[in-house]
Amino acid sequence: MACIEARGLHKAFGTTVALDEVNLHIDEGRIVGLIGPNGAGKTTALNAILGLTPYDGELKVLGRDPWNLRDQLMRDVSFIADVAVLPPWIRVTQVLDYVAGVHPHFDRAKSEAFLAKTAIKRGSKVRELSKGMITQLHLAIVMAIDAKLLVLDEPTLGLDILYRKQFYDSLLNDYFDHNRTILVTTHQVEEIQDVLTDLMFINRGRIVLSCTMDEFQSRYTELMVRPEQLAAARALKPIRERQALGRSILLFNSVDRQQLAALGEVRTPSIADLFVALMGDKPGEARGVAQ
Amino acid sequence: MNAQSNAMHEAVVESVRPEAAVMPTKRPFWWSVRRELWENRSIYLAPLAVSGLIILGSLISTVRATQNAAFGFVIPSAHNGAPPVPDGIALHHIQPFNFAAFLLMGTTLLVAIFYSLDALYGERRDRSILFWKSLPVSDTTAVLSKAVVPIVIIPLLTFAFTVVTQLVMLLIKMMALLAAGQSVAKFWAGLSLFHLWGITLYHLVTGHALWYAPMFAYLLLVSAWARRAPFLWATLPLFAISVLEKITFNSLHFARMLGDRFMGGAENVSFTGGDMPLDPMIHLTPGRFFSAPGLWAGLAAAAIFLAVAIRLRRYRGPI
Repeated sequence: MACIEARGLHKAFGTTVALDEVNLHIDEGRIVGLIGPNGAGKTTALNAILGLTPYDGELKVLGRDPWNLRDQLMRDVSFIADVAVLPPWIRVTQVLDYVAGVHPHFDRAKSEAFLAKTAIKRGSKVRELSKGMITQLHLAIVMAIDAKLLVLDEPTLGLDILYRKQFYDSLLNDYFDHNRTILVTTHQVEEIQDVLTDLMFINRGRIVLSCTMDEFQSRYTELMVRPEQLAAARALKPIRERQALGRSILLFNSVDRQQLAALGEVRTPSIADLFVALMGDKPGEARGVAQ
Repeated sequence: MNAQSNAMHEAVVESVRPEAAVMPTKRPFWWSVRRELWENRSIYLAPLAVSGLIILGSLISTVRATQNAAFGFVIPSAHNGAPPVPDGIALHHIQPFNFAAFLLMGTTLLVAIFYSLDALYGERRDRSILFWKSLPVSDTTAVLSKAVVPIVIIPLLTFAFTVVTQLVMLLIKMMALLAAGQSVAKFWAGLSLFHLWGITLYHLVTGHALWYAPMFAYLLLVSAWARRAPFLWATLPLFAISVLEKITFNSLHFARMLGDRFMGGAENVSFTGGDMPLDPMIHLTPGRFFSAPGLWAGLAAAAIFLAVAIRLRRYRGPI
């Protein structure tokens, strides 16, 4: 069964189109990165999926209509919006009590076990915790919920590198299994490259790229070209060319890797490089995209 | 509706996750109300502080009266040997108790008003609405759990605080009388505390809960709607409508309706024969109160305001 299925998903704020007839299909058991520049429609898409905003078109999350059945859907969906949504006045024990009191799939013991590995005191209020600790607390709650879909919107925003690494390690080692789906948006694309199974680029309310990471690796190749081969390489129509350390680096879409290897060193590009190539140097402006 | 959706949910759960069938029933409404009390501690701290002040005041005044008596003055509340004049004595004795109840009710009414104004605004301002909405709690449950606080919880708490405060005051008074070697029985006979409690509870239920329900519902609605300054949004439009009516029609129906609602309209139909709601001489007229069209019109308005607040919460995100 598809975890998320959207057909003609559309949302406009006045004259600004945030989601432009989006079609989306995300299977169960995937870890999908939704990447896009600011204002591309990422948060609107997530809000529609979570039942936080009304929309036009058809959208089913775990078979349910999120806008009309948000409270039911939230039994099977967890989400971390960003670091600052736990209420500042609540105590750690109170937030555990509350979630245990309202959530049918929350395992309090699991949450306590995760918290025991942190420096968070049970009696502390959220406002007394550091940004990193608040994220750990939120993660401790979310990981103890037996959900089918976890949505993360910039979950590591403003965290230092240790917390960020720990965050994804915990998710992968202690949480993810092939019955769950994770949908994550972040600007720190480099740190989720190894985590993802699927990649989606969104720009100006449209999905401009949607592929698995395997497809990404086989389709896109980066070539650090030898200077004398530059003309030959350019003839193969790179989608982007940039300079680094005095050498030209060309990014190719669906060009045979063997053929390129004859012209220089080849490697798989980073998501960030492909992002820049597809989105253009001007934010919010996509070049022609091969899909 | 809740039981029904729970039942529906459990049917789904049993088919998908057999281990989930033993899970205890969840009580989102109960926990949401508790959550409100965790967040808004002024609901019980404010009356607690006022109770403390009242008890301290009555302690000091009793000690002073006792000292005066020791120097040959007579404690005013204990007329030695004089024939009992029930009504006069009752009124005289009961006044400080009455005043204590009045202070507590005023305090908690203010707490309830400011609670309602912030309830659906604060969660958007601190962005925690995104956390609450990530849990399987419907907007209806969330809004109704907030409406229950000013309409049910605060009046009941006020009653409990009033009873406890008056009992402590009574204890202080009795100790003073015993210390002065005077009759406690006579004092007790002149004080109809149970009668006063009855009136207090009746006044809280009719006036503070039922008659003010549309006010609290209106404040919750504004709190769900306003992007900033909910207090101004709650008050200025009402004022503007009154002024507009005065200018265009030279009448004051709207202002009078508001005045009737907020300045003792309930007392006009729920009591007779007393100036103050807690006057022990008055007669309760529940029949007249519950058949007053104003009460039912108000409750209908409250229901509409709450329905709109629920709808607004569904659409509103953090600000």
